[in-house]
Amino acid sequence: MSKFKKKKDGGLAPINTASLPDIVFMLLFFFMVATVMRENELKIKNSLPVANQVEKLDKKNPVSYIYMGKPSANYKQYGTEARIQLNDDFASVGDIISFIGAERAALREELIPFLTVSLKVDKDANMGIVGDVKQELRKTNALKINYTTGVGDALSNMQ
Amino acid sequence: MAKRSAPEVNAGSMADIAFLLLIFFLVTTTIEKDSGINRKLPPIEETDPPIIKQKNIFTVLINKHDQLLVEDEPMEIKDLRKAAVEFLDNNGDGTCDFCKGARDPKSSDNPDKAIISLKNDRQTSYGAYISVQNELVAAYNELRNRRALEVGPSKGFPNMNYQEMNKLHDDVRWTGNKTKLGDLIDQIKLEIPQKLSEVVE
Repeated sequence: MSKFKKKKDGGLAPINTASLPDIVFMLLFFFMVATVMRENELKIKNSLPVANQVEKLDKKNPVSYIYMGKPSANYKQYGTEARIQLNDDFASVGDIISFIGAERAALREELIPFLTVSLKVDKDANMGIVGDVKQELRKTNALKINYTTGVGDALSNMQ
Repeated sequence: MAKRSAPEVNAGSMADIAFLLLIFFLVTTTIEKDSGINRKLPPIEETDPPIIKQKNIFTVLINKHDQLLVEDEPMEIKDLRKAAVEFLDNNGDGTCDFCKGARDPKSSDNPDKAIISLKNDRQTSYGAYISVQNELVAAYNELRNRRALEVGPSKGFPNMNYQEMNKLHDDVRWTGNKTKLGDLIDQIKLEIPQKLSEVVE
């Protein structure tokens, strides 16, 4: 009778997934160690140029970031020319001095002369805006700058 | 009474929890770029600039189409490094005892007097500007590396070029004589100073 029919051997044996959590945890720890939290929400396109004569940005000293680039697709209303971004918002050239002032105010006094300004500029931005920013930095006496770049063949920037 | 074994904990959802955490970290973090070309801006001064002989200035001009004009001659970027090295290494007045240049009287006197002037247009792209900066820094590094290989052995740091010296000096795990290496680096920097002036139109 069919009541006592033997159960059929159901196809393939299930794959053992007991080690899946271990694998995923390994990936998780890698990303936790190798990355840092996003500091600013970028509103601009920011693909950095590459260079091969680079030095490491000295993290022992305080670093302030100034971003420049074309507004990204979500912020088209701000035009297509390169803009400056300070912290989380667009800024004009005139805001640089007060920005550096605010960054300095947050530092311990003995560290103020070591403040480095890291310029993260999109490779398609034009030099006019970068020159203006540099002039403002000179005015406020923030003279240590770093053109932050990726590592690679510098000649590829020109294409 | 027979000992009852503890019931097994169901770990089937562990993978889901781990995936959730993984995706959270993937979204909220970035791999940060922290390398770059360090530069020092000149302070704003009221005094007049010093008068420099024309032959000690190496002019590099980038126009708004990212084309190069070096010493009034158009040039490809791949040739810039060699031209800059030749200019810096020229040793026109013979005071530089480690230079191997052509001693052309029309080019620079010695590395200490040689100045590279970089001029760019407001429309120049930043990518091109960084490429040129990179090539000029590379020219200085090439000369400094050569000098480091010459003086290194007598100071106890053989077979090490300038960039390797700098890397070792910044490495906290390195156990060698840091002050001695620092002095050597400073000496090379002083012998071949980076004199790069920038003009924006």
